[in-house]
Amino acid sequence: MSEISKEIVAEHGLTEGEYGEVLTILGRAPNLTELGIFSVMWSEHCSYKSSKKWLKTLPTEAPWVICGPGENAGVIDIGDGQAAIFKMESHNHPSFIEPYQGAATGVGGIMRDVFTMGARPIANMNALRFGRPDHPKTGHLLAGVVSGIGGYGNCMGVPTVGGETNFHASYDGNILVNAMTVGLAEADNIFYSAAAGIGNPVVYVGSKTGRDGIHGATMASAQFDDDSEEKRPTVQVGDPFTEKLLLEACLELMATDAIVAIQDMGAAGLTSSSFEMADKGGVGIELNLDLVPMREEGMTPYEIMLSESQERMLMVLKPGREEEARRIFTKWELDFSVIGKVTDSGRMVLTMHGKTVADLPVAPLADAAPEYDRPWQKTRLSPVIRAEDVAAPADLGEVLLKLMGSSEIASRKWIWEQYDHMVMGDTIQRPGGDAAVVRIHGTGKALAITTDCTPRYCYADPETGGAQAVAEAWRNITATGAQPLAITDCMNFGNPERPEIMGQFVGCIDGMRDACTVLDFPVVSGNVSLYNETNGTGIHPTPAIGGVGLLSNLDRMTTLAFKEAGDIVLLIGTLTGEMGQSIYLREIEGREEGAPPRVDLAAERLHGDYLREMIGKGLITAAHDLSDGGLGVALAEMAIAGNIGADIKLETELPLHAALFAEDQGCYLATIRPENIEMVRGFALADDIPLHIIGTIGHTELKITGALTISVDSLRQVHAGWLPRLMTRPGNE
Amino acid sequence: MKAAVIVFPGSNCDRDLKVALAQSMGRDPDMVWHGDSELPDTDLIAIPGGFSYGDYLRCGAMAANSPIMREVVRKAEAGTPVVAICNGFQIAMEAGILPGALLRNANQKFVCHDVDLLVTAENERFVGGYEQSQVVRFAVAHHDGNFYADAETLKELEGEGQVAFKYATASGEVTAEANPNGSMNNIAGIYNKAGNVLGLMPHPERMISEMLTGTDGKTFFDHLVHSIV
Repeated sequence: MSEISKEIVAEHGLTEGEYGEVLTILGRAPNLTELGIFSVMWSEHCSYKSSKKWLKTLPTEAPWVICGPGENAGVIDIGDGQAAIFKMESHNHPSFIEPYQGAATGVGGIMRDVFTMGARPIANMNALRFGRPDHPKTGHLLAGVVSGIGGYGNCMGVPTVGGETNFHASYDGNILVNAMTVGLAEADNIFYSAAAGIGNPVVYVGSKTGRDGIHGATMASAQFDDDSEEKRPTVQVGDPFTEKLLLEACLELMATDAIVAIQDMGAAGLTSSSFEMADKGGVGIELNLDLVPMREEGMTPYEIMLSESQERMLMVLKPGREEEARRIFTKWELDFSVIGKVTDSGRMVLTMHGKTVADLPVAPLADAAPEYDRPWQKTRLSPVIRAEDVAAPADLGEVLLKLMGSSEIASRKWIWEQYDHMVMGDTIQRPGGDAAVVRIHGTGKALAITTDCTPRYCYADPETGGAQAVAEAWRNITATGAQPLAITDCMNFGNPERPEIMGQFVGCIDGMRDACTVLDFPVVSGNVSLYNETNGTGIHPTPAIGGVGLLSNLDRMTTLAFKEAGDIVLLIGTLTGEMGQSIYLREIEGREEGAPPRVDLAAERLHGDYLREMIGKGLITAAHDLSDGGLGVALAEMAIAGNIGADIKLETELPLHAALFAEDQGCYLATIRPENIEMVRGFALADDIPLHIIGTIGHTELKITGALTISVDSLRQVHAGWLPRLMTRPGNE
Repeated sequence: MKAAVIVFPGSNCDRDLKVALAQSMGRDPDMVWHGDSELPDTDLIAIPGGFSYGDYLRCGAMAANSPIMREVVRKAEAGTPVVAICNGFQIAMEAGILPGALLRNANQKFVCHDVDLLVTAENERFVGGYEQSQVVRFAVAHHDGNFYADAETLKELEGEGQVAFKYATASGEVTAEANPNGSMNNIAGIYNKAGNVLGLMPHPERMISEMLTGTDGKTFFDHLVHSIV
């Protein structure tokens, strides 16, 4: 057995201190296989060693939460004996190196997390961040990522129903690919990962193990440098066809009661799945690695344990149920192999060719993973930029057209038309609205699903940005008429060893915690991706929030599209005209400056609850929240979606450019039939809701008195044109 | 009336097709596994969309060689109505019951959106529920739907009334802009010579209720069921 040198330890990403801990736990030096196992189990990706302390402070409970963070995905009760199971996960580093496969396997991995728990995936979402549009790599990366997401999800037959995409220079060398899956299960048939039953068989199913993806988890926990693209061999290759078979086979077996525990093999493959199962169950596991189905000859124990080959699962079965299970997996043409058993030793014992190749205590290794309280430094805040600090533009119409065709606001249709967003026949609100709405098959209820984060706000003020990301997800769900229930978070940050980055992380968590608490919107699952840096420059802090809500009556769903001429347009909320971090400031004045808009969580709650109540009463014909680009852009989006104009008159003290383009939070636009105005107003008065009548729907133009008159067609053209134009530029095709 | 939906490993529109047929028939169709060598007694065979065998070789090529397809071909030749959608269309071509080929989309990308289709030829059984030259709305979702046939076959298809649907504008004009995938003559669906087999790329089963943005697909299945009963 080769000696473990300092260099080998360093290559495995363990610090001297961490290696000292390894020696203490084992009472001897590890062999290479054992060192590899420690290395992946203690990687940032698997151990959350920098983030754990802070993640623990997030609210995770509510009466409707069945299972919070810590399992493969979060589980919430959606009534009628049904549960929604969901999670969002990052696949950032692999997607930068090999965009198609990186994104595809990210989608495959998150779907496995969800069906491992007994749910059939019913919707995929994604949150993507790319570098500046004119960066030479952006077009290539965007094309590859979108194609990879589609390639996997389309083949699986799970609709990709929405998401979000930002472009900013801070992602030039570190794109973010966050994928979310929502699944549907019976609330009394959910599967967990805790191994149990001494002597029970441990079974490997799915694809064979190859040499792909070895040390993916450690790669995902390191910074990039100029040589990173040479890491291509560590990116796994996805096989969505096999995953489709694995999904059907697992669900078929789950309909029996043969399974004790099940865990997918994701990052750190067989190592992390077997350790997690043993650790959660407080048991030991013995594995005979000779029995692992292998794609290549001559694989070492080290390679077998660290491979990140995709589309594999580990299960503990009830004794005597092996043949029944084997028949199902054979029918679906998948490998099935009993590779070991549950023991009472509390140790992971691996044998190969008749020899013990690793013998490690489970609990110390899994639980004694390092946890750091890294030094952090509070972000220095920027001053508020008021309306009067920003000169009025010459032509507000030109401004609106420019914003509608800007990188943050332009239509993402080019992206979502490459995703099958309708398969399964339940997509009731397609991409392009506030939240996607997916019917629960065969019922009159639905889930509203959204992903949200405004990284520029998080960069300027992490606390406000963290709160805003949660609030916007809540708001987008509310705008469809659904009741927001819970979130999954995907925390993308730079190098946590730098105090200013750690300060961004802590700030965002603080803001998220406040928002989750006030809005009754707990975190039920999540993922952390750190070290998103290239050559020492970090990304904008990006805590992507995936929100899920329940629409209990489909007949009471709203969309953002203006419906009928004569409908009255209402503004719910208060305009402050604070312009800091707005798209207006960035696109029109070229300034990325100032404090982000204030988030008043109490008002947020009040306004949203009011709107949802009015939708529930059947009084609202269209609804849309204010976000990027403010009131002006929100009006234009509603007009484009409904293909009808509006006549708007704002009674405000603010200069019009601030009223129209400041990104005030906690605000919605809604439309009603004129005969309902007194009723809607009455409820607003009773609840002390700021409600303003601002206009009427009709004609083919958006007309805002004193500001602009633009045809809906021109708005649509600039909105639709930007992304296709970017993607047909030479080099981007 | 009885219908059979053929399910291959990787089919993923099988449930959608089942839902659409059940809605029109008032009973569930039989779901027939690709490995079976016999079809149940049936009045209609439906081959669903998806990615049979991952589309790894050539779309539909592996599925076309599965045991059940011998039986499907035999029944099709004997006159049983067959509707083959998307990947099912590709499989029917590979199995030789429809002419032509479906190539990668001209823009090399997967396309998923609603499409307007001109009902091109008369075929009472399949499109008798529509007016002649009506424009109907289904949805496409495919990577390989670019219809190709040699000049002679194309001439025959057009001449013999075998072109079922063409991609068109909402007002029924057959234009290049309305063509989502580069198909020759904007062809979206065709009949076999006998007129009992219809293959089409767009999905009628995605347009079976107002909530799913349209009911032209419901009309399609309602009429098909009605005409077979």
